[in-house]
Amino acid sequence: MKYMLMMHAPRAGWTNAGIGTWPPEDFKAHIRFMMDFDKELKKTGELVGAEGLAGPEAARVVRANRSGAPEVTDGPFAEAKEFLAGYWIVDVENTERAYEIAARASAAPGKGGVPLNMPIEVRQVMSAPPVDM
Amino acid sequence: MRDLAPQVLGAVVRRFGDFSAAEDAVQEALLAAALQWPEQGVPDNPRGWLIQVAARRMIDHIRSELSRRRRDGVVLMHEPPELQVVPAPDDPVHTGRASTFGSAGSAHESEQDDTLILLFMCCHPALTRPSAIALTLRAVGGLTTAEIANAFLVPEATMAQRISRAKERIRSSGVPFRLPTDRERAERLGAVLHVLYLIFNEGYVSSVGPALQRSDLANEAIRLTRGVHNLLATDGEVAGLLALMLLTDARRQARTGPEGELIPLAEQDRALWDRRAIAEGVALISDALPRGAVGPYQLQAAIAALHDEAARAADTDWPQILALYGLLKRMSDNPMVGLNHAIAAAMVSGPAAGLELLTSLDADRRMAGHHRLHAVRAHLLEMAGDHQAAVTHYQAAAGATTSIPERNYLTTKAARLVSETASQRRDL
Repeated sequence: MKYMLMMHAPRAGWTNAGIGTWPPEDFKAHIRFMMDFDKELKKTGELVGAEGLAGPEAARVVRANRSGAPEVTDGPFAEAKEFLAGYWIVDVENTERAYEIAARASAAPGKGGVPLNMPIEVRQVMSAPPVDM
Repeated sequence: MRDLAPQVLGAVVRRFGDFSAAEDAVQEALLAAALQWPEQGVPDNPRGWLIQVAARRMIDHIRSELSRRRRDGVVLMHEPPELQVVPAPDDPVHTGRASTFGSAGSAHESEQDDTLILLFMCCHPALTRPSAIALTLRAVGGLTTAEIANAFLVPEATMAQRISRAKERIRSSGVPFRLPTDRERAERLGAVLHVLYLIFNEGYVSSVGPALQRSDLANEAIRLTRGVHNLLATDGEVAGLLALMLLTDARRQARTGPEGELIPLAEQDRALWDRRAIAEGVALISDALPRGAVGPYQLQAAIAALHDEAARAADTDWPQILALYGLLKRMSDNPMVGLNHAIAAAMVSGPAAGLELLTSLDADRRMAGHHRLHAVRAHLLEMAGDHQAAVTHYQAAAGATTSIPERNYLTTKAARLVSETASQRRDL
């Protein structure tokens, strides 16, 4: 069963209290955690893919205009409380295992090594074989 | 060539003992054969060739392990006996008949045992099901890691890790390279059949886009199960599983439309069903059932046979299907059986009888909010003429399924009922 684990970071204080304002050693510890975590999931044979996304400042929203051409606006994220910071796709035996992995990601170390306890949205990927009707 | 994989692996494990390294060596030998044979021609004794190449790899592996250990300062009392083993030309494994998977009576007894032992090992209950599936496909099926990764749509490196973890697990849990004892046997064979069933199911999908390659998994599951049936010809459940696969797979061409859309059994073009597969499946199950010890795979195969033997959907022998689901329900605690039992009851005695049976499933925690429960309820409500309630349940089912073709089917069903109801209102 494949799941997408989406890491949502708090939008509030992103620029003045976000990851860029942590002491360098805390930031390093966070990055090291993420790298080790990816390695670990590769080793268990469960990692399908993972990416971190660039900050929300550069996010744009695209809609097609009447003629089908792209109409680009700034993200509608100003009022959003959280933004998507990155994701993992894992292929696991059951839902419980997906939750376990999500909890590990959620506890990534933040400022002062304190677990961030970020919300991780767990969504199943549509990959099940259909049954006979 | 892939038919030879389990025999070659069995021979190499018997000689060197190290299952994990032997499995890697055989995989390398198979890859070498895939490169060399098309150019240089198939050797006279393909099996002997593969064993020899794999054995050479094993010796290389052992040598490098030894020198690594020496570098690491591990003191060795004496050379391990493996190194003294050199393949001899008159070795019985070289002269053995290069029979395929091993039809009973024609191949060496030890070869047959090896294939079974490997299956029992790869499907060991200590492994997770995804690991058991991957290892079975590689060690017994002779598929490459890349092929397996492709079929399951995961990166090759991920699949390679999954396989090596599975082998590590086998090593650490000390599973011996021998057939299970009589006491363990039923449970262990059950695990093997379950893994083969899962491989089949994984492959039995619509032939659209990336899913196309996955239909090979259904063929592979049939090939492996056929192999087990050849080895254990008197086992009713093995015959039942093979029959079930053949009878289900026979409908493959008919169960999806040109755009990959699911076509339910009742609406399939039965001319597209594979008559040969049906005949083989029916013969297998007809032969197995009277021998007694009827199990769930045989019952499911018998049900599939009744569907396949009906010339038109309207000719389906629903009373008998209902009776078989009744038996199956007593045998298994699987709520999916309850769902199918309710459908059969509705086909025999009308939708109210089916809906009545569904109420008992509402209390089952495993079924709470399950898309199949919604889908079956929607279907029965539609039969009963309650289109409004049917639409609600079709939509709920579409929202909860994790299969894209199934979601499209359920959404279309809901949309059709909505527009029919609307046009009926206009007509009034």
